[in-house]
Amino acid sequence: MFTTDSRFHMRIFYLLMAVFATSWCAFSQHSLSGKVLTNTGVPLDGAHIHIENGHALSLPDGTYTLTGIATGSHRVVISYVGYKSLDTIVDFHKNEVLNANLNPDITQLNEVVLTEKLLNKDIAPIQKLSVQTLEKYSSGSLGDALKELPGVSALKTGTTIVKPVINGLHSSRVPVISNNVRLEDQQWGTEHAPNLDVNAAGKVSVIKGASALQYGGDAVGGLVVVEPLRVQQDTLFGKTVLTADSNGRGGTISSSLHKGAAQGWAWNAQGTFKYYGDRETPDYILSNTGNREANFSGDFGYIGESYKLTGFYSFYNATIGIATTTHIGNVTDLVRAINSGQPVVTNPFTHSINNPRQEVQHHLAKLNFEKDFEDGSALNVQYAFQQNLRKEYDLRRGSFADIPALDLTLVTHSVNADWKQETDANTFKAGVSGAAQHNDASPDTGVRPLIPTYHKYDAGAYAIASHSFGNSLTAEVGARYDFSHMDADKFYQKTRWTALGYDGVYDHFITQDFGTQWLTNPKFTFHNVSASAGVRKDFGESLSLLGNVGLAVRNPNPGELFSDGLHHSNATIELGNLGLKKEQALKASVTVQANANSFRAEVTPYINSIRDFMYLRPTGVEYTTRGAFPVYSYRQNDALLAGADLHTEWDVTSYLKHSLNAAYVHGTNTDTDEALIDMPPLTFSNTFRYTNAGWHGFFAEVRSEAVLHQTRYPNYDFYADVPINGELVPTLVNISRPPKGYHLVHLSAGRQFSIGKTQASVNVSVYNLFNTNYRDYLNRQRLYADEAGRNVQIQLKFNY
Amino acid sequence: MKRFKVSVLTLLTVGMLASCSDDDTAIAPVNEEEVITTVTASFSPVGGGSVVTLTSRDLDGDGPQAPVVTVSGNFAANTVYNGAITFTNEMVNPAEDITAEIFAEGDHHQIFYQQNGLGTFSYTDEDEDGNPIGLTVAYTTAAIPANGTLTLTLVHHPEKTAAGVAEGNIANAGGSTDAQVSFPVIVQ
Repeated sequence: MFTTDSRFHMRIFYLLMAVFATSWCAFSQHSLSGKVLTNTGVPLDGAHIHIENGHALSLPDGTYTLTGIATGSHRVVISYVGYKSLDTIVDFHKNEVLNANLNPDITQLNEVVLTEKLLNKDIAPIQKLSVQTLEKYSSGSLGDALKELPGVSALKTGTTIVKPVINGLHSSRVPVISNNVRLEDQQWGTEHAPNLDVNAAGKVSVIKGASALQYGGDAVGGLVVVEPLRVQQDTLFGKTVLTADSNGRGGTISSSLHKGAAQGWAWNAQGTFKYYGDRETPDYILSNTGNREANFSGDFGYIGESYKLTGFYSFYNATIGIATTTHIGNVTDLVRAINSGQPVVTNPFTHSINNPRQEVQHHLAKLNFEKDFEDGSALNVQYAFQQNLRKEYDLRRGSFADIPALDLTLVTHSVNADWKQETDANTFKAGVSGAAQHNDASPDTGVRPLIPTYHKYDAGAYAIASHSFGNSLTAEVGARYDFSHMDADKFYQKTRWTALGYDGVYDHFITQDFGTQWLTNPKFTFHNVSASAGVRKDFGESLSLLGNVGLAVRNPNPGELFSDGLHHSNATIELGNLGLKKEQALKASVTVQANANSFRAEVTPYINSIRDFMYLRPTGVEYTTRGAFPVYSYRQNDALLAGADLHTEWDVTSYLKHSLNAAYVHGTNTDTDEALIDMPPLTFSNTFRYTNAGWHGFFAEVRSEAVLHQTRYPNYDFYADVPINGELVPTLVNISRPPKGYHLVHLSAGRQFSIGKTQASVNVSVYNLFNTNYRDYLNRQRLYADEAGRNVQIQLKFNY
Repeated sequence: MKRFKVSVLTLLTVGMLASCSDDDTAIAPVNEEEVITTVTASFSPVGGGSVVTLTSRDLDGDGPQAPVVTVSGNFAANTVYNGAITFTNEMVNPAEDITAEIFAEGDHHQIFYQQNGLGTFSYTDEDEDGNPIGLTVAYTTAAIPANGTLTLTLVHHPEKTAAGVAEGNIANAGGSTDAQVSFPVIVQ
């Protein structure tokens, strides 16, 4: 059974990789173009088209173009894993068209990718970012790139710290899976962006909801699955992307080399450097907002006849400046920042990064063994090691300036074994996983750590079965069990312990008396069961219906349990809660995929009912020598999120395409009947793209991004005494109201060219063309400063 | 196949055991070395007389307890007082006097004296650039009896050259607040 899913993701392209053209030769040159389809007419995304020493990949709509072909007869091979190759001779005297219909080859499943099906017969709506989109964000981050998908927005801190928000949920509710390893990078923190290099990703998928039980049962919001580029042919190819940006006055260089093999040794290596200075709004410089990255990833493996052994290592190393203006001392400073409407102090542009800043490093090393058995089953066994080092430097006095205010080392060992068996109508997946984690909160900071030292152990097992009832109906059910045990060493000020109401309730956690502080040893054990069920019904080629229900269970994270102290970036005291229970989300969604020749649409309405939703809510104001601070405490209520994501594509002509993304989510605290905080407002993104493959792959694109005003928000404004004209005046601190909506226009154009045998392309883009002043509700910088203004970007890509 | 599965299980077990090694070291509480718990401002009348001492003390730092504010007495009207302010961290033992450090980094600190109708404050010290710090101050009390609130604010990284900042106006100072304490003051 084949589906039309990929057609709905036409805007998501795969790059025309490595077109080794026989250019500049004396003969006249021709092009070969066409469409690669299955025998049932479904486009094949990523099929290889070889012509002697050149090759190309087909786009999601199956189209491909090869240029620079000399006059004469040439052998053309079109291949796709799992399909019989087309091998033919074409006589070139003019530009030729070759359309291919490939037949499935059941015996030739030479590589089983556990995380992905060969065809888009996914039961859950999975949205993917292509290499092309990822390259566009070479100088940005994963979170920036994911915003291109409907229903995915970005929770930002400044310009460079970007976290994906799926259908209104983020952080611990949206696990990120990097190369089949669950990323453990202090992801509980809203100011902690995923520690991975977007340039290392070959494919990024978003699964909205709990449908991917093999990765965990706690994806209350959804999952982001990042996979590196895989090469299956016996080829060696390289790629370099150079990006220069006017805003930030810096650049990015990312290079990779890939040695693929059908059998034998294969390896990949990839590195990225980024260097940026202060970002600029239309009116002023955002002081101290530069960033640096120096990343590496690579693997080395042996592919046998029925097995594959791979060692992988990646290193992410970033220094990120935090806008000076967002570092404030107390509520008085906050009120001043809100009222002044712009930073009080802006310094001249600089590339240097001072405090406050984040220095984060993430090591990921893994060993992976895949084995295919003759009965059609496959086993994947993996061990992964992760070390996450996070140092946050603050504006501190004297000798403390060079000592981080937060210094965490998180080490995670994880193992998993996944087994999969596919027969004609059935797919069965099962697996076990285990993880041991240790967080070390350095006491040398001179600041009581936000997150304590702790140990955590996890174990899980899952099984997922799917069955095809004929050609048009497929159903899937899955279940998962997770065990988790956490054991922390946490110091509490005795006054805080008492104020939190822990006296007499959690006395059994106290292990030692340190005068003004208690040393406690809180222990928590959780047993969770999560489940998913889905069904897909295809009505011919033009309509598909997908229905999914998932139950996700998430345990309170260390931040929610133990947070205890002052947050300088927003002048709040955040308090964890030892009494938190696990959060349970039941999400149901229906996806309608419609396809009418030149128009395609996918709409997914959903409802996510969350029991014991954990969130921060203001619970008072505290006074210290530093001044007044609002206190936010973790609370639990039932929540209901309902919304819809829409994506449409329309081929206006064969050259001009329009695409639309729209998303809305309505989040409510059903216990208090308040709106949920930080819900993305209604968003529309319209793109017109003109492409003319015949003219050196030329494209020009205009994109309009409209973010409406969020009118539903909880009112967390509070009063605090602020000195005004020498008197302390109770003043309303206006922190809740979301900023106005905004509309941005982005332009982009590019074409391909050849330098000898190297296929190259140049793209010129202008982001925020009209240099619009705006603030975004989901940016924690919004109370202090505008978003970055216009950015002119020039990007050069080389495939060799 | 069976042997294979056994070896997988073995690998898993070894992996888990290897990762369970305990690396606990002795656990010590963090000394909050940077916190300012106590702000003391002493005002001595130039012509002699009783010293007025204003103290704000918050022994649990960022903890839930509010600072305890004490004022030793009332100011005399129409009198010039020499004021000196000290900052102390009493969460460490022995208590640490932070005043000298603030003076040494005088170009990155300034203390502001905010009040209304209590008289005038003028800076009597300066940093290496000739800008006031505010660790010492001359306070000329109001000519007639008055009462109100005196708020002392220690600003880290103020914009010292901005308009009015050298005269003690906090409005354009920017920076971030390291300490902000308020005292009920009576001039009689």
